[in-house]
Amino acid sequence: MATRTEGDLNTVLTAGGVRRSFGATVVLDGVDLTIAPGEVVALLGGSGSGKSTLLRILAGLDPDAGGTVRRPPHQAVVFQEHRLLPWKRVIDNVALGLTGPDVRSRARAALAEVGLPDRDTAWPAELSGGQAQRVAVARALVREPELLLLDEPFGALDALTRLRMQQLFIRLREQHGFAALLVTHDVDEALLLADRTLVLEGGRLVEDAPVPLTHPRTPDDPGFGALRRHLLERLGVTA
Amino acid sequence: MTAAPRTAAPAAVRTTPAGTAAPGRADRPRSGRRVLRLVSPVALLATWEAAARTGLLPPEKLPAPSAVLRTGWRLAGDGTLAVHLLDSLQRAAIGLAVGGGLALLLGALAGLLRTGDDLVDPPVQMARMLPHLGLVPLLIIWVGIGEELKVTLVALGSFFPIYFNTYAGIRDIDERLVEAARTCGLGHLARLRHVVLPGALPSLFLGLRLAIGAAWLSLVVGEQVNAQTGIGFLMMEAREFAQTDVVLLGLLVYALLGLLSDLLLRIAERRTLSWRRGLKAT
Repeated sequence: MATRTEGDLNTVLTAGGVRRSFGATVVLDGVDLTIAPGEVVALLGGSGSGKSTLLRILAGLDPDAGGTVRRPPHQAVVFQEHRLLPWKRVIDNVALGLTGPDVRSRARAALAEVGLPDRDTAWPAELSGGQAQRVAVARALVREPELLLLDEPFGALDALTRLRMQQLFIRLREQHGFAALLVTHDVDEALLLADRTLVLEGGRLVEDAPVPLTHPRTPDDPGFGALRRHLLERLGVTA
Repeated sequence: MTAAPRTAAPAAVRTTPAGTAAPGRADRPRSGRRVLRLVSPVALLATWEAAARTGLLPPEKLPAPSAVLRTGWRLAGDGTLAVHLLDSLQRAAIGLAVGGGLALLLGALAGLLRTGDDLVDPPVQMARMLPHLGLVPLLIIWVGIGEELKVTLVALGSFFPIYFNTYAGIRDIDERLVEAARTCGLGHLARLRHVVLPGALPSLFLGLRLAIGAAWLSLVVGEQVNAQTGIGFLMMEAREFAQTDVVLLGLLVYALLGLLSDLLLRIAERRTLSWRRGLKAT
Protein backbone atom coordinates (compact mmCIF):
# COMPACT_ATOMS: atom_id res chain seq x y z
CA MET A 1 0.00 0.00 0.00
CA ALA A 2 1.29 3.42 -0.99
CA THR A 3 1.98 5.86 1.80
CA ARG A 4 2.98 9.48 1.59
CA THR A 5 3.32 12.08 4.27
CA GLU A 6 3.73 15.47 2.56
CA GLY A 7 1.22 18.13 3.52
CA ASP A 8 -1.56 19.60 1.42
CA LEU A 9 -3.33 22.91 1.84
CA ASN A 10 -6.85 21.57 1.50
CA THR A 11 -6.72 18.17 3.12
CA VAL A 12 -4.85 16.86 6.10
CA LEU A 13 -5.61 13.24 5.22
CA THR A 14 -6.51 11.64 1.91
CA ALA A 15 -7.30 7.94 1.60
CA GLY A 16 -8.31 6.29 -1.65
CA GLY A 17 -9.60 2.81 -2.43
CA VAL A 18 -8.75 1.39 0.98
CA ARG A 19 -9.33 -2.36 1.04
CA ARG A 20 -8.79 -4.96 3.71
CA SER A 21 -9.85 -8.57 3.95
CA PHE A 22 -9.19 -11.21 6.54
CA GLY A 23 -9.15 -14.51 4.68
CA ALA A 24 -12.31 -14.65 2.61
CA THR A 25 -14.04 -11.93 4.64
CA VAL A 26 -13.86 -8.52 3.00
CA VAL A 27 -14.01 -5.93 5.78
CA LEU A 28 -13.22 -2.78 3.79
CA ASP A 29 -14.20 -2.72 0.14
CA GLY A 30 -12.82 0.48 -1.31
CA VAL A 31 -13.11 3.38 1.13
CA ASP A 32 -12.37 6.93 -0.05
CA LEU A 33 -11.95 9.57 2.61
CA THR A 34 -10.58 13.09 2.95
CA ILE A 35 -10.33 15.21 6.07
CA ALA A 36 -9.78 18.98 5.92
CA PRO A 37 -7.45 20.78 8.33
CA GLY A 38 -9.18 21.39 11.64
CA GLU A 39 -12.19 19.27 10.72
CA VAL A 40 -13.66 16.78 13.20
CA VAL A 41 -15.12 13.76 11.45
CA ALA A 42 -17.06 11.08 13.31
CA LEU A 43 -16.96 7.57 11.88
CA LEU A 44 -20.00 5.55 12.89
CA GLY A 45 -20.86 1.96 12.18
CA GLY A 46 -22.27 -1.12 13.79
CA SER A 47 -20.17 -3.57 15.71
CA GLY A 48 -17.85 -5.38 13.30
CA SER A 49 -18.40 -2.87 10.50
CA GLY A 50 -14.67 -2.23 10.14
CA LYS A 51 -14.43 1.18 11.86
CA SER A 52 -11.44 0.26 13.94
CA THR A 53 -9.82 -1.57 11.01
CA LEU A 54 -10.07 1.63 8.95
CA LEU A 55 -8.61 3.71 11.76
CA ARG A 56 -5.69 1.29 12.17
CA ILE A 57 -4.99 1.52 8.44
CA LEU A 58 -5.09 5.34 8.56
CA ALA A 59 -2.76 5.22 11.56
CA GLY A 60 -0.28 3.15 9.55
CA LEU A 61 -0.60 0.11 11.79
CA ASP A 62 -1.78 -2.34 9.12
CA PRO A 63 0.80 -3.12 6.45
CA ASP A 64 -1.46 -5.67 4.72
CA ALA A 65 -4.15 -3.20 3.62
CA GLY A 66 -4.66 -2.10 0.02
CA GLY A 67 -5.19 1.42 -1.31
CA THR A 68 -3.42 4.73 -0.79
CA VAL A 69 -3.22 6.88 2.31
CA ARG A 70 -1.62 10.29 2.48
CA ARG A 71 -0.95 11.33 6.03
CA PRO A 72 0.06 14.62 7.63
CA PRO A 73 3.61 14.93 8.98
CA HIS A 74 2.36 14.72 12.56
CA GLN A 75 -0.50 12.55 13.63
CA ALA A 76 -1.32 10.86 16.89
CA VAL A 77 -3.63 8.09 18.03
CA VAL A 78 -5.77 7.68 21.14
CA PHE A 79 -7.07 4.14 21.62
CA GLN A 80 -10.06 2.86 23.54
CA GLU A 81 -7.73 1.58 26.25
CA HIS A 82 -5.17 4.06 27.51
CA ARG A 83 -2.23 1.84 26.45
CA LEU A 84 0.20 3.57 28.78
CA LEU A 85 3.42 1.67 29.47
CA PRO A 86 2.97 0.44 33.07
CA TRP A 87 6.73 0.62 33.76
CA LYS A 88 7.05 4.31 32.94
CA ARG A 89 5.89 7.16 35.09
CA VAL A 90 3.13 9.36 33.69
CA ILE A 91 5.52 12.08 32.51
CA ASP A 92 7.74 9.55 30.70
CA ASN A 93 4.70 8.02 29.02
CA VAL A 94 3.69 11.43 27.71
CA ALA A 95 7.24 12.16 26.55
CA LEU A 96 7.67 8.73 24.89
CA GLY A 97 9.45 9.07 21.57
CA LEU A 98 9.72 12.87 21.75
CA THR A 99 12.97 14.51 20.74
CA GLY A 100 14.25 17.99 21.35
CA PRO A 101 15.69 20.08 24.14
CA ASP A 102 12.61 20.78 26.27
CA VAL A 103 10.88 17.40 26.16
CA ARG A 104 9.99 17.30 29.83
CA SER A 105 8.58 20.79 29.99
CA ARG A 106 6.49 20.12 26.89
CA ALA A 107 5.20 16.91 28.46
CA ARG A 108 4.44 18.76 31.67
CA ALA A 109 2.53 21.43 29.76
CA ALA A 110 0.47 18.76 27.98
CA LEU A 111 -0.37 17.16 31.34
CA ALA A 112 -1.49 20.53 32.68
CA GLU A 113 -3.72 20.97 29.64
CA VAL A 114 -5.61 17.76 30.36
CA GLY A 115 -6.01 18.79 34.00
CA LEU A 116 -3.35 16.53 35.58
CA PRO A 117 -0.46 18.90 36.34
CA ASP A 118 0.49 17.17 39.59
CA ARG A 119 0.34 13.50 38.56
CA ASP A 120 3.56 13.56 36.52
CA THR A 121 5.47 11.19 38.80
CA ALA A 122 2.59 8.72 39.31
CA TRP A 123 2.66 5.20 37.87
CA PRO A 124 -0.12 4.43 35.37
CA ALA A 125 -1.47 1.76 37.74
CA GLU A 126 -2.18 4.48 40.30
CA LEU A 127 -4.53 6.39 38.00
CA SER A 128 -8.28 6.03 37.61
CA GLY A 129 -9.64 5.05 34.20
CA GLY A 130 -10.53 8.65 33.37
CA GLN A 131 -7.14 9.97 34.50
CA ALA A 132 -5.29 7.35 32.47
CA GLN A 133 -7.28 8.28 29.39
CA ARG A 134 -6.44 11.95 29.99
CA VAL A 135 -2.76 11.01 30.06
CA ALA A 136 -3.26 9.16 26.77
CA VAL A 137 -4.77 12.35 25.33
CA ALA A 138 -1.81 14.34 26.65
CA ARG A 139 0.57 11.84 25.04
CA ALA A 140 -1.17 12.47 21.71
CA LEU A 141 -1.45 16.23 22.17
CA VAL A 142 2.23 16.80 23.02
CA ARG A 143 3.11 15.69 19.47
CA GLU A 144 1.25 18.76 18.14
CA PRO A 145 -0.61 16.66 15.58
CA GLU A 146 -2.38 18.06 12.54
CA LEU A 147 -4.62 15.01 12.80
CA LEU A 148 -5.78 13.09 15.84
CA LEU A 149 -7.11 9.57 15.32
CA LEU A 150 -9.39 8.46 18.15
CA ASP A 151 -10.68 4.88 18.40
CA GLU A 152 -13.70 4.98 20.72
CA PRO A 153 -11.55 6.97 23.15
CA PHE A 154 -14.27 7.46 25.77
CA GLY A 155 -16.10 4.20 25.25
CA ALA A 156 -14.67 2.43 28.28
CA LEU A 157 -15.38 5.29 30.71
CA ASP A 158 -18.38 5.77 32.98
CA ALA A 159 -21.11 8.17 31.81
CA LEU A 160 -20.01 11.17 33.91
CA THR A 161 -16.35 10.82 33.04
CA ARG A 162 -17.28 10.47 29.39
CA LEU A 163 -19.17 13.80 29.47
CA ARG A 164 -16.14 15.50 31.06
CA MET A 165 -13.81 14.01 28.47
CA GLN A 166 -16.07 15.24 25.68
CA GLN A 167 -15.91 18.76 27.15
CA LEU A 168 -12.13 18.43 27.38
CA PHE A 169 -11.97 17.36 23.75
CA ILE A 170 -14.01 20.40 22.62
CA ARG A 171 -11.77 22.74 24.62
CA LEU A 172 -8.51 21.24 23.33
CA ARG A 173 -9.81 21.27 19.77
CA GLU A 174 -10.64 25.00 20.06
CA GLN A 175 -7.18 25.75 21.43
CA HIS A 176 -5.13 23.63 19.05
CA GLY A 177 -7.28 23.45 15.93
CA PHE A 178 -6.27 19.88 15.08
CA ALA A 179 -8.34 17.79 12.72
CA ALA A 180 -9.74 14.58 14.17
CA LEU A 181 -11.22 11.30 13.06
CA LEU A 182 -13.38 9.99 15.88
CA VAL A 183 -14.44 6.37 15.66
CA THR A 184 -17.50 5.89 17.86
CA HIS A 185 -20.67 3.89 18.20
CA ASP A 186 -22.29 6.65 20.23
CA VAL A 187 -24.56 8.74 17.99
CA ASP A 188 -24.92 11.47 20.63
CA GLU A 189 -21.15 11.77 20.97
CA ALA A 190 -20.79 12.05 17.19
CA LEU A 191 -23.39 14.82 17.01
CA LEU A 192 -21.90 16.70 19.96
CA LEU A 193 -18.31 16.69 18.71
CA ALA A 194 -18.18 16.28 14.95
CA ASP A 195 -18.46 18.65 11.99
CA ARG A 196 -19.26 15.74 9.72
CA THR A 197 -20.49 12.18 10.22
CA LEU A 198 -19.60 9.11 8.18
CA VAL A 199 -21.39 5.79 8.36
CA LEU A 200 -19.52 2.61 7.47
CA GLU A 201 -21.56 -0.36 6.35
CA GLY A 202 -20.72 -3.44 4.34
CA GLY A 203 -17.14 -2.25 3.87
CA ARG A 204 -18.13 1.07 2.28
CA LEU A 205 -18.97 4.56 3.46
CA VAL A 206 -22.71 4.76 2.88
CA GLU A 207 -23.27 8.19 4.35
CA ASP A 208 -21.24 11.39 4.51
CA ALA A 209 -23.20 14.28 5.96
CA PRO A 210 -22.30 17.56 7.72
CA VAL A 211 -23.69 18.27 11.18
CA PRO A 212 -25.59 21.57 10.77
CA LEU A 213 -25.58 22.54 14.44
CA THR A 214 -23.90 25.57 16.02
CA HIS A 215 -21.50 25.31 18.97
CA PRO A 216 -21.90 24.91 21.88
CA ARG A 217 -24.15 21.94 21.34
CA THR A 218 -26.39 20.07 23.75
CA PRO A 219 -28.63 17.05 23.10
CA ASP A 220 -31.75 19.23 23.63
CA ASP A 221 -30.87 21.63 20.80
CA PRO A 222 -33.57 21.92 18.14
CA GLY A 223 -32.65 19.70 15.25
CA PHE A 224 -30.48 17.38 17.38
CA GLY A 225 -33.28 14.83 17.78
CA ALA A 226 -34.00 14.64 14.06
CA LEU A 227 -30.32 14.14 13.20
CA ARG A 228 -30.05 11.53 15.92
CA ARG A 229 -33.07 9.60 14.62
CA HIS A 230 -31.73 9.76 11.09
CA LEU A 231 -28.30 8.42 12.06
CA LEU A 232 -29.77 5.67 14.21
CA GLU A 233 -31.97 4.65 11.30
CA ARG A 234 -28.88 4.58 9.08
CA LEU A 235 -27.25 2.27 11.64
CA GLY A 236 -30.24 -0.06 11.54
CA VAL A 237 -31.85 0.99 14.84
CA THR A 238 -35.48 2.05 14.46
CA ALA A 239 -37.45 3.51 17.32
CA MET B 1 -11.01 -5.47 14.49
CA THR B 2 -10.87 -4.24 18.01
CA ALA B 3 -9.46 -6.86 20.31
CA ALA B 4 -11.46 -7.64 23.42
CA PRO B 5 -9.99 -5.42 26.15
CA ARG B 6 -7.75 -7.29 28.53
CA THR B 7 -7.68 -5.25 31.67
CA ALA B 8 -4.96 -7.01 33.62
CA ALA B 9 -1.37 -6.12 32.71
CA PRO B 10 0.28 -9.32 31.50
CA ALA B 11 3.17 -8.98 33.89
CA ALA B 12 0.93 -8.56 36.89
CA VAL B 13 -0.03 -12.22 36.70
CA ARG B 14 3.18 -13.35 38.35
CA THR B 15 3.40 -10.76 41.11
CA THR B 16 3.62 -13.42 43.77
CA PRO B 17 6.84 -15.34 43.20
CA ALA B 18 6.69 -19.06 43.53
CA GLY B 19 7.56 -20.20 47.00
CA THR B 20 6.33 -17.21 48.95
CA ALA B 21 3.08 -17.26 50.82
CA ALA B 22 0.16 -15.30 49.43
CA PRO B 23 -0.06 -11.95 51.24
CA GLY B 24 -3.12 -10.65 52.99
CA ARG B 25 -4.06 -13.72 55.00
CA ALA B 26 -4.48 -11.76 58.19
CA ASP B 27 -6.91 -14.10 59.89
CA ARG B 28 -4.33 -14.53 62.68
CA PRO B 29 -1.94 -11.85 64.02
CA ARG B 30 1.20 -11.95 61.85
CA SER B 31 3.82 -11.93 64.60
CA GLY B 32 2.03 -14.67 66.53
CA ARG B 33 1.86 -16.76 63.41
CA ARG B 34 5.55 -16.24 62.76
CA VAL B 35 6.46 -17.46 66.23
CA LEU B 36 4.24 -20.49 65.76
CA ARG B 37 5.98 -21.37 62.51
CA LEU B 38 9.33 -21.33 64.32
CA VAL B 39 8.24 -23.87 66.91
CA SER B 40 8.68 -27.11 64.95
CA PRO B 41 12.08 -26.29 63.35
CA VAL B 42 13.49 -25.24 66.72
CA ALA B 43 12.07 -28.36 68.37
CA LEU B 44 13.63 -30.56 65.67
CA LEU B 45 17.03 -28.91 66.14
CA ALA B 46 16.81 -29.24 69.91
CA THR B 47 15.87 -32.92 69.66
CA TRP B 48 18.76 -33.52 67.27
CA GLU B 49 21.19 -31.72 69.60
CA ALA B 50 19.96 -33.64 72.63
CA ALA B 51 20.04 -36.99 70.85
CA ALA B 52 23.61 -36.37 69.68
CA ARG B 53 24.79 -35.27 73.12
CA THR B 54 23.29 -38.23 74.96
CA GLY B 55 24.96 -40.59 72.48
CA LEU B 56 21.66 -41.74 70.98
CA LEU B 57 22.99 -40.58 67.58
CA PRO B 58 26.52 -41.85 66.96
CA PRO B 59 28.74 -38.84 66.03
CA GLU B 60 30.10 -40.57 62.91
CA LYS B 61 26.51 -40.82 61.56
CA LEU B 62 25.11 -37.47 62.63
CA PRO B 63 27.10 -35.06 64.86
CA ALA B 64 25.28 -32.41 66.89
CA PRO B 65 24.34 -29.11 65.21
CA SER B 66 26.62 -27.31 67.66
CA ALA B 67 29.52 -29.54 66.56
CA VAL B 68 28.86 -28.67 62.92
CA LEU B 69 28.85 -24.97 63.76
CA ARG B 70 32.11 -25.36 65.73
CA THR B 71 33.71 -27.06 62.72
CA GLY B 72 32.45 -24.24 60.53
CA TRP B 73 33.99 -21.68 62.87
CA ARG B 74 37.33 -23.55 62.86
CA LEU B 75 37.48 -23.90 59.03
CA ALA B 76 36.42 -20.29 58.56
CA GLY B 77 39.10 -19.23 61.02
CA ASP B 78 42.01 -20.97 59.28
CA GLY B 79 40.90 -19.81 55.81
CA THR B 80 40.10 -23.27 54.42
CA LEU B 81 36.42 -22.48 53.98
CA ALA B 82 37.09 -19.19 52.16
CA VAL B 83 39.39 -20.87 49.60
CA HIS B 84 36.87 -23.57 48.73
CA LEU B 85 33.95 -21.16 48.81
CA LEU B 86 35.63 -18.74 46.40
CA ASP B 87 36.40 -21.56 43.96
CA SER B 88 32.80 -22.75 44.06
CA LEU B 89 31.52 -19.21 43.58
CA GLN B 90 33.84 -18.69 40.64
CA ARG B 91 32.61 -21.85 38.90
CA ALA B 92 29.01 -20.82 39.49
CA ALA B 93 29.61 -17.31 38.17
CA ILE B 94 31.42 -18.40 35.00
CA GLY B 95 28.90 -21.14 34.25
CA LEU B 96 25.99 -18.82 34.88
CA ALA B 97 27.47 -16.11 32.67
CA VAL B 98 28.11 -18.51 29.79
CA GLY B 99 24.85 -20.45 30.02
CA GLY B 100 22.74 -17.44 30.91
CA GLY B 101 24.26 -15.23 28.23
CA LEU B 102 23.69 -17.83 25.55
CA ALA B 103 20.14 -18.43 26.80
CA LEU B 104 19.38 -14.70 26.74
CA LEU B 105 20.66 -14.41 23.19
CA LEU B 106 18.85 -17.47 21.82
CA GLY B 107 15.69 -16.76 23.83
CA ALA B 108 15.54 -13.22 22.47
CA LEU B 109 16.18 -14.51 18.95
CA ALA B 110 13.37 -17.05 19.22
CA GLY B 111 11.03 -14.63 20.99
CA LEU B 112 11.50 -11.69 18.66
CA LEU B 113 11.88 -13.24 15.21
CA ARG B 114 9.66 -15.81 13.55
CA THR B 115 12.65 -17.31 11.73
CA GLY B 116 14.55 -17.41 15.01
CA ASP B 117 11.63 -19.22 16.61
CA ASP B 118 11.52 -21.79 13.80
CA LEU B 119 15.26 -22.42 13.85
CA VAL B 120 16.12 -22.20 17.54
CA ASP B 121 13.11 -23.41 19.47
CA PRO B 122 12.74 -27.04 18.19
CA PRO B 123 16.27 -28.19 19.13
CA VAL B 124 16.06 -26.41 22.49
CA GLN B 125 12.72 -28.06 23.22
CA MET B 126 14.24 -31.46 22.38
CA ALA B 127 17.36 -30.87 24.47
CA ARG B 128 15.19 -29.82 27.40
CA MET B 129 13.95 -33.38 27.69
CA LEU B 130 17.45 -34.58 28.59
CA PRO B 131 18.16 -34.41 32.33
CA HIS B 132 21.36 -32.39 32.18
CA LEU B 133 22.87 -34.07 35.24
CA GLY B 134 22.52 -37.37 33.39
CA LEU B 135 24.96 -36.02 30.82
CA VAL B 136 27.90 -36.28 33.23
CA PRO B 137 29.41 -39.47 31.68
CA LEU B 138 29.17 -38.00 28.18
CA LEU B 139 30.57 -34.66 29.34
CA ILE B 140 33.52 -36.42 30.97
CA ILE B 141 34.31 -38.02 27.60
CA TRP B 142 33.95 -34.65 25.84
CA VAL B 143 35.60 -32.14 28.16
CA GLY B 144 37.40 -34.33 30.68
CA ILE B 145 37.12 -34.17 34.44
CA GLY B 146 38.69 -30.74 35.00
CA GLU B 147 37.26 -27.27 35.51
CA GLU B 148 35.48 -27.43 32.13
CA LEU B 149 33.18 -30.16 33.40
CA LYS B 150 31.98 -28.13 36.37
CA VAL B 151 31.49 -24.95 34.36
CA THR B 152 29.71 -26.82 31.54
CA LEU B 153 27.33 -28.45 33.99
CA VAL B 154 26.47 -25.12 35.59
CA ALA B 155 26.04 -23.51 32.16
CA LEU B 156 23.72 -26.31 31.02
CA GLY B 157 21.70 -26.11 34.21
CA SER B 158 21.20 -22.37 34.02
CA PHE B 159 20.55 -22.25 30.27
CA PHE B 160 17.03 -23.68 30.17
CA PRO B 161 15.26 -21.59 32.83
CA ILE B 162 16.65 -18.38 31.35
CA TYR B 163 15.91 -19.41 27.77
CA PHE B 164 12.28 -20.31 28.46
CA ASN B 165 11.57 -17.28 30.60
CA THR B 166 13.17 -14.90 28.10
CA TYR B 167 11.08 -16.45 25.34
CA ALA B 168 7.86 -16.36 27.38
CA GLY B 169 8.56 -12.87 28.69
CA ILE B 170 8.89 -11.49 25.18
CA ARG B 171 5.87 -13.41 23.88
CA ASP B 172 3.68 -12.28 26.76
CA ILE B 173 4.16 -8.58 26.04
CA ASP B 174 0.87 -6.90 25.19
CA GLU B 175 0.91 -6.34 21.43
CA ARG B 176 -1.26 -3.26 21.94
CA LEU B 177 1.49 -1.53 23.92
CA VAL B 178 3.95 -2.18 21.09
CA GLU B 179 1.43 -0.68 18.70
CA ALA B 180 0.95 2.39 20.87
CA ALA B 181 4.72 2.84 20.95
CA ARG B 182 4.75 2.69 17.16
CA THR B 183 2.18 5.46 16.92
CA CYS B 184 4.48 7.51 19.17
CA GLY B 185 7.15 7.22 16.51
CA LEU B 186 9.39 4.62 18.19
CA GLY B 187 11.52 2.58 15.80
CA HIS B 188 12.61 -1.03 16.24
CA LEU B 189 15.48 -0.35 18.63
CA ALA B 190 13.55 2.17 20.70
CA ARG B 191 10.65 -0.28 21.01
CA LEU B 192 13.07 -2.96 22.22
CA ARG B 193 14.43 -0.61 24.85
CA HIS B 194 11.23 1.03 26.06
CA VAL B 195 8.64 -1.72 25.60
CA VAL B 196 10.11 -5.20 25.10
CA LEU B 197 12.94 -5.14 27.64
CA PRO B 198 10.99 -3.63 30.56
CA GLY B 199 7.98 -5.77 29.66
CA ALA B 200 10.03 -8.97 29.73
CA LEU B 201 12.00 -8.03 32.85
CA PRO B 202 9.72 -9.73 35.41
CA SER B 203 10.09 -12.98 33.46
CA LEU B 204 13.85 -12.49 33.15
CA PHE B 205 14.12 -12.16 36.92
CA LEU B 206 12.09 -15.31 37.42
CA GLY B 207 14.35 -17.14 34.94
CA LEU B 208 17.47 -15.91 36.70
CA ARG B 209 16.21 -17.08 40.09
CA LEU B 210 15.44 -20.53 38.74
CA ALA B 211 18.79 -20.58 36.93
CA ILE B 212 20.73 -19.78 40.08
CA GLY B 213 18.98 -22.65 41.83
CA ALA B 214 19.89 -24.96 38.96
CA ALA B 215 23.47 -23.64 39.01
CA TRP B 216 23.99 -24.60 42.66
CA LEU B 217 22.48 -28.01 42.00
CA SER B 218 24.81 -28.58 39.02
CA LEU B 219 27.75 -27.45 41.09
CA VAL B 220 26.97 -29.95 43.85
CA VAL B 221 27.11 -32.78 41.32
CA GLY B 222 30.05 -31.38 39.31
CA GLU B 223 32.27 -30.80 42.30
CA GLN B 224 31.97 -34.42 43.35
CA VAL B 225 33.84 -35.49 40.20
CA ASN B 226 37.58 -35.19 40.67
CA ALA B 227 37.66 -31.70 42.15
CA GLN B 228 40.73 -30.40 44.02
CA THR B 229 38.91 -27.43 45.51
CA GLY B 230 35.38 -26.28 46.17
CA ILE B 231 32.70 -27.03 48.71
CA GLY B 232 31.87 -30.31 46.96
CA PHE B 233 35.50 -31.41 47.17
CA LEU B 234 35.56 -30.48 50.84
CA MET B 235 32.60 -32.79 51.42
CA MET B 236 34.00 -35.70 49.38
CA GLU B 237 37.33 -35.47 51.15
CA ALA B 238 35.62 -35.35 54.55
CA ARG B 239 33.63 -38.47 53.66
CA GLU B 240 36.86 -40.39 53.06
CA PHE B 241 38.12 -39.42 56.51
CA ALA B 242 34.66 -39.96 58.06
CA GLN B 243 34.41 -36.29 59.12
CA THR B 244 30.64 -36.20 59.11
CA ASP B 245 30.61 -32.72 60.64
CA VAL B 246 32.44 -31.31 57.59
CA VAL B 247 30.01 -33.08 55.23
CA LEU B 248 27.11 -31.47 57.07
CA LEU B 249 28.91 -28.13 57.03
CA GLY B 250 29.19 -28.39 53.22
CA LEU B 251 25.48 -28.98 52.96
CA LEU B 252 24.83 -26.00 55.20
CA VAL B 253 27.06 -23.79 53.05
CA TYR B 254 25.26 -24.90 49.87
CA ALA B 255 21.91 -24.11 51.49
CA LEU B 256 23.10 -20.70 52.67
CA LEU B 257 24.48 -19.90 49.21
CA GLY B 258 21.11 -20.67 47.66
CA LEU B 259 19.26 -18.67 50.27
CA LEU B 260 21.57 -15.68 50.01
CA SER B 261 21.56 -15.50 46.21
CA ASP B 262 17.79 -15.73 46.15
CA LEU B 263 17.52 -12.97 48.72
CA LEU B 264 19.87 -10.65 46.80
CA LEU B 265 17.99 -11.24 43.60
CA ARG B 266 14.68 -10.50 45.24
CA ILE B 267 16.00 -7.20 46.54
CA ALA B 268 17.27 -6.31 43.05
CA GLU B 269 13.91 -7.35 41.62
CA ARG B 270 11.98 -5.19 44.06
CA ARG B 271 14.09 -2.17 43.22
CA THR B 272 13.95 -2.62 39.45
CA LEU B 273 10.28 -3.47 39.26
CA SER B 274 9.08 -0.74 41.59
CA TRP B 275 6.36 0.18 39.07
CA ARG B 276 4.52 -2.98 40.04
CA ARG B 277 4.29 -1.81 43.63
CA GLY B 278 2.31 1.12 42.29
CA LEU B 279 -0.63 -1.26 42.22
CA LYS B 280 -0.54 -1.53 45.99
CA ALA B 281 0.69 1.97 46.80
CA THR B 282 -2.66 3.75 46.52
